[in-house]
Amino acid sequence: MKQITKYFFLSMVICSSSLLAASQDINGLILKARQKIDKVNDYEAAARMKTNVTFLKVPIATVKVYFKKPNLLKVKSEKGISFIPKGAVSINMNSILGSTDYTVIDAGKDKVGNTAVRVARLLPNDDNSDVVLSTVYIDELTSLILKAKTTTKENGTYELEMSYGKYASFGLPDKIIFSFNTKDYKLPKGVTFDFDDGTSKTPADKTKAKKGRAEITFSSYTINKGLPAAVFK
Amino acid sequence: MWNLLQIELFKISRRPRTYIAFAAITAIVVIFQFAFKVDGQSYMNLMLQSVQDTFDMDKSKAINGYFMCYIILNTLLIQVPILVALVAGDAISGEANMGTLRLLLTKPISRTQVILVKFSASMVYTIGLLIWMAVMALFVSLLIFGADDMLIFRVKGDESQILQITKDDIMWRYFAAFGYAAVALTVIAALAILLSVFAENSIGPIIATVCIVLVCTIISNINVPIIDNSIKPWLFTSYLVGWKGFFYIGTNADGEPLKGTIENWPAIRNSLLILVAHIFIFITAAVFVFKRKDILS
Repeated sequence: MKQITKYFFLSMVICSSSLLAASQDINGLILKARQKIDKVNDYEAAARMKTNVTFLKVPIATVKVYFKKPNLLKVKSEKGISFIPKGAVSINMNSILGSTDYTVIDAGKDKVGNTAVRVARLLPNDDNSDVVLSTVYIDELTSLILKAKTTTKENGTYELEMSYGKYASFGLPDKIIFSFNTKDYKLPKGVTFDFDDGTSKTPADKTKAKKGRAEITFSSYTINKGLPAAVFK
Repeated sequence: MWNLLQIELFKISRRPRTYIAFAAITAIVVIFQFAFKVDGQSYMNLMLQSVQDTFDMDKSKAINGYFMCYIILNTLLIQVPILVALVAGDAISGEANMGTLRLLLTKPISRTQVILVKFSASMVYTIGLLIWMAVMALFVSLLIFGADDMLIFRVKGDESQILQITKDDIMWRYFAAFGYAAVALTVIAALAILLSVFAENSIGPIIATVCIVLVCTIISNINVPIIDNSIKPWLFTSYLVGWKGFFYIGTNADGEPLKGTIENWPAIRNSLLILVAHIFIFITAAVFVFKRKDILS
């Protein structure tokens, strides 16, 4: 009996210490990811944005993305009209990892594509925060965030998938795929007088998920050169 | 024939009612431009009300000359048939009313020629009206509001859509749309001439044309399946708005607009053929009736 109790306590100690080690590990990993992002005070990036939403038939937009610490982000259209998903502006890595006011929970390991990642759930400590939960998928080797899911109180869940290239040392992606919830678009009745060419007589599929997607491909970044505040107005 | 056409055009130009249409178009366009210059944002807010929560966009860029012209044409091309009827409905009945029809037919010209010349003159008037509309609604709007990409708000089946056409891909669509509108309005002119053959005064054919257009337009816009399937295809008014087809840009599988494309050209082509067939039927009927018309009593 004595022997059993000894082994039980021993295994409890091992388990709790390994859990503690894992927790420290994930905190360390997030810290490393943050350190990369922290190197960037501001940037201006040239990008192309492809928006994929059922009701929106828009061409690929040439945009400029401006960022300034702590959390100013602006996407501006270079020419023409651009529909910029609102979440793309408010949900970014700085808004997720920028603050330290969250509790980290180790959610184990997973894969993003073929890359093995560690999964961490970040719970904001502030009750009034719009973000309810963020889940980040971090590549252990590079300490880069490859994927993030953020659930908000007001606008549902956003998902970011990032791939990195020559700006990886700053934690800046070459490509972001941003998925978001969209509302059904309905035009006010009787304002269009449309030409009925007989192409679509089938009713719209109401069960179809109202998900939108925006792909932002960055061609260049200008990092830490200073940005005037007027850019963000 | 050319001399006869010149005489007809001269007669049209001397009638005060000819200029009512030009004045009406000018007034409507100027009011639209003023309203949008002052408070175009409200219109944009209405059209984008369910998108604004999800997307940010520069609405001031969306209110540009190309967009203005589309909005004005959307409204005006429903009213313009009335203006065309004002002149075309007077073509034969006006002569009968003034007692000049008998005099005209004593000249060595056939009755067929008379109808064709009256029809050609009405067509020239219609095209003149459209050119004026293009100048006012498109070119003046471009001067006031500038040029940028154009947004088209559209209901397709049960779905609402927003299409974006880049500014370098718009002008040819307007030329094509005005060309289409010329054919569509010529149908109204042909109908008014046909009705004009039956009457001894101008009011009757003008009002009859307007009534036919109004009733058919209302029926064309009743979204009830039985009307959609069995009546709508037979009404020429269903095809009057076919000019919009030039602005329904083709898209790829990802929903990305393809420059220089039209979503459904066969539908536009078929609509054009149906309208041309209507012109032919109305004018042939007008010639047939006019040839047998008793002008002595």
